[in-house]
Amino acid sequence: MTTPDLVSPAQADDLAPALGAGARRRHRFGRVLQDVVGGVIVLWGAATLTFLAVHLMPGNPAVAYAGGVGSHPSKALLAAVSKKYGLDHPVIVQYFIYLGNLLHGDLGYSASQQMPVASVIKLNVAPTAELTLGSLLLAWLLAVVWSLLTVRRGRIISSIGSGLEILTAAVPQYWLGIILLEVFAFHLGIFPATGGTGLVGLVLPSLTLAIPIAGFLGQVTREEFESALEQPYITSARARGMGDWGVRLRHALRHAVLPGVTLSGWALGSLISGAVIVESLFSRNGLGNVLLQGVTQQDMPLTIGVVLIVAVVYVVATIAVDILYQLVDPRLRSAGQ
Amino acid sequence: MTATTHDSNLLTATDLRVSFGSGDAAREVVRGISFGVRPGECLAIVGQSGSGKSVTARTLLGLAGDGAQVSGGLNFDGQDLTSLRERQWRAIRGVRIGFILQDALVSLDSVRPVGREIAEPLRLHRYGPRSARWRRVIELLDQVGVPEPEMRARQLPGELSGGLRQRALIATAIALDPQLLIADEPTTALDVTIQAQILGLLAQSKQRGRALIVISHDLAVVARLADRVAVMRDGLIVEQGPTQDVLGRPQHAYTRALLDAIPSSHSRGTRLSPADAPALRVAPVRKATVQEAAAPAPLLTADGLVKRYKGPDGKVRTVVDDVSFQLGPGETLGVVGESGSGKTTTGRIVLAVTKPDRGEVRLHGRPWTGISEAQRRPRRRYIGVVYQDPLSSFDPRWTVQRILSDALPAEAGGAAARTARIRELLHQVGLGDDLLDRRPLLLSGGQRQRVAIARALAPEPEIIVCDEPVSALDVSIQAQVLDLFADLQDQLGLSYIFISHDLGVIHHMSDRVLVMTGGRIVEQGDAEQVFGNPQHPYTERLLAALPKVDALSPAGLAGRPHPTTPRREPALERSA
Repeated sequence: MTTPDLVSPAQADDLAPALGAGARRRHRFGRVLQDVVGGVIVLWGAATLTFLAVHLMPGNPAVAYAGGVGSHPSKALLAAVSKKYGLDHPVIVQYFIYLGNLLHGDLGYSASQQMPVASVIKLNVAPTAELTLGSLLLAWLLAVVWSLLTVRRGRIISSIGSGLEILTAAVPQYWLGIILLEVFAFHLGIFPATGGTGLVGLVLPSLTLAIPIAGFLGQVTREEFESALEQPYITSARARGMGDWGVRLRHALRHAVLPGVTLSGWALGSLISGAVIVESLFSRNGLGNVLLQGVTQQDMPLTIGVVLIVAVVYVVATIAVDILYQLVDPRLRSAGQ
Repeated sequence: MTATTHDSNLLTATDLRVSFGSGDAAREVVRGISFGVRPGECLAIVGQSGSGKSVTARTLLGLAGDGAQVSGGLNFDGQDLTSLRERQWRAIRGVRIGFILQDALVSLDSVRPVGREIAEPLRLHRYGPRSARWRRVIELLDQVGVPEPEMRARQLPGELSGGLRQRALIATAIALDPQLLIADEPTTALDVTIQAQILGLLAQSKQRGRALIVISHDLAVVARLADRVAVMRDGLIVEQGPTQDVLGRPQHAYTRALLDAIPSSHSRGTRLSPADAPALRVAPVRKATVQEAAAPAPLLTADGLVKRYKGPDGKVRTVVDDVSFQLGPGETLGVVGESGSGKTTTGRIVLAVTKPDRGEVRLHGRPWTGISEAQRRPRRRYIGVVYQDPLSSFDPRWTVQRILSDALPAEAGGAAARTARIRELLHQVGLGDDLLDRRPLLLSGGQRQRVAIARALAPEPEIIVCDEPVSALDVSIQAQVLDLFADLQDQLGLSYIFISHDLGVIHHMSDRVLVMTGGRIVEQGDAEQVFGNPQHPYTERLLAALPKVDALSPAGLAGRPHPTTPRREPALERSA
């Protein structure tokens, strides 16, 4: 019958002002530390899962490590691999050897690329980072500008605004990439179709990735934007003589981007998987292409390496989002939940 | 009832109308009202929610809302406001007309330091360079009585207490010293002493020769501040005139009803709402004091309750400190105090949802807090609870029927018996069967609180803990709900622990009173004694800060019943 709230808002309210600056700093540090510890656990879990995947598969794990059945590894290679990974030892010992190798940054040797996995990743990480981070920034830019322009601008404009967001969020990236290529590269010839370094080469692939993400971010931003514009502090600001653009930019926007910031960690992950498609479509170098090759050529060390790197990116993105969130929402810095 | 059309008016509204929507769907919210306010004068516009008073306030700033159609005359300092373009409005807002909204927690941007909010009108209207603006911010915070203004200016609204927050909001409105200040419910939701301070601040601005329009649902709040009062109902001003006339000799029945609805010492033992309001049966007027036959055994005793919480900074705070009291059958124990006084935590300990660190509560003479939940469970039905905001304690997807059915004890019988009992409960709280299929969101504030009361009654409790049960309600709805509590007590012999920050409500309802501050009980005793002859300086301060309708009118309020209690109250005299 009774549904008591655990901490009454009044109490929380009373306690907040009492927090000293020292406590706040400690709190903020504690939170990042928590994230880092959590991240290490996630990475360890990812490493363990990939290890299990290799060892639970039927057949000789040495063959998998050496490049899969398809590469017909030589006896000598198999022996070398067995020695390197300690495959003649019990599984638990192998596991620790594997973890030790990872800690030293030794991700094994890629048979398909004929070089250490770490080197393959090093060569390809920059173009993918450019592509995904560029896409994320572009997605945010599109979502924010679109919201600023179309939220609460009368029924027609607002409907067009939210309609386009739903449409773009639902567009398959592969199809979108082909359309963009067709129009801007082949037809109009404004941007290069393939390769292309520097900013000009980045435009079409980034757009391909960014547009659907912008649709998602736009939807959550719009909803928050609309409710922010209804709030009394907006009326307060208007009553001080602030114009429509003023309240949008200085007051509502900050509240509106908060849920999108939370989604950005997820968005970065989805961008990396999207990179697999986009990099092959636009013939770009990058981790996505490497992953595709690793999988199609059954190059186990390469696949594992890329999967672990993606896990690292996820973890780093989560921590970055937490830090970013505190920058955007000062309430977290001071009151500390 | 004269609409002022003096030339000396700073602002004059003539036949002002505001409607929303168009064609058949058009709804006129303000239906032709006329009023005026002079420099150095305060006009209070009083009415219930939905009376159109807030829309009126916003219209004076050109902020009536999207799709609002405004007609009629609106003259400010010789300028016709009705024909202004948005650009021209912006040159008036904040500079010549300042606006203070209700509840600073949501009226200040929660993610910006208050100093930046106060600097905003200065920046918008080009008040000097950045450093000069900052100096002015500090000056303003100092002016509105915020201590340590340099530090406070850098804090977020959420880090300030309610009173400081409201002062900061006032600072944003007076930053450019506007000729006219409009305050919409400036003190609602504030503790009584803070309320008095805020009203004092507004009075200062009036003394400096600024015109003031105060919007409120509470006549008592505006009584001391206003020179003139306009009573609004359904978009019309039903009565308007000098404060003394309107409050002292109300002409309109609605004004009288508003005045009668204010719970206070005089209203004890009387009904607050008009007789035609939904009620159990015809007003069985309560006895002013319940001290019949030799004191019966207490239903509930609290002995030496202590509760400490560790704050996020690691410091331990004692929220409830050595609190002891008793509650007899059929008795109402009022617990009054400001926020942070520990009154809510005390209520939670009585409900056994918070465990005391020391001391214990006994129910029917047997242990209540010191036992396991499994042992307590079968006896939980004896104590019910009603909160301030019933909406958050309802599942919004449940119908009223389901909410009440859920609260019925399992042994309440089959479907037919349960339905009959649910109908009975609804009737007890003055609601009809037609609400059975309604969801909470579609109920009015008063109806929601009635459903919450019905839910508390469902397991046939002996005690109900009421935590600020009427604080969120308009004064006339509040009156009806308070009457309902009194009727239910008469009929069912309930005991109440009535927690409120509103001294009027506590005085109206309680047989005995606990006054709490800082977790301690500073005064405890018979309601008449505590309110009539307060012993502790804190109680005196609370009473002195209490806004009172009759504080200004020596003649008292004609036509108000005060049959049982003496009118003389030394502490209140001092406040006048």
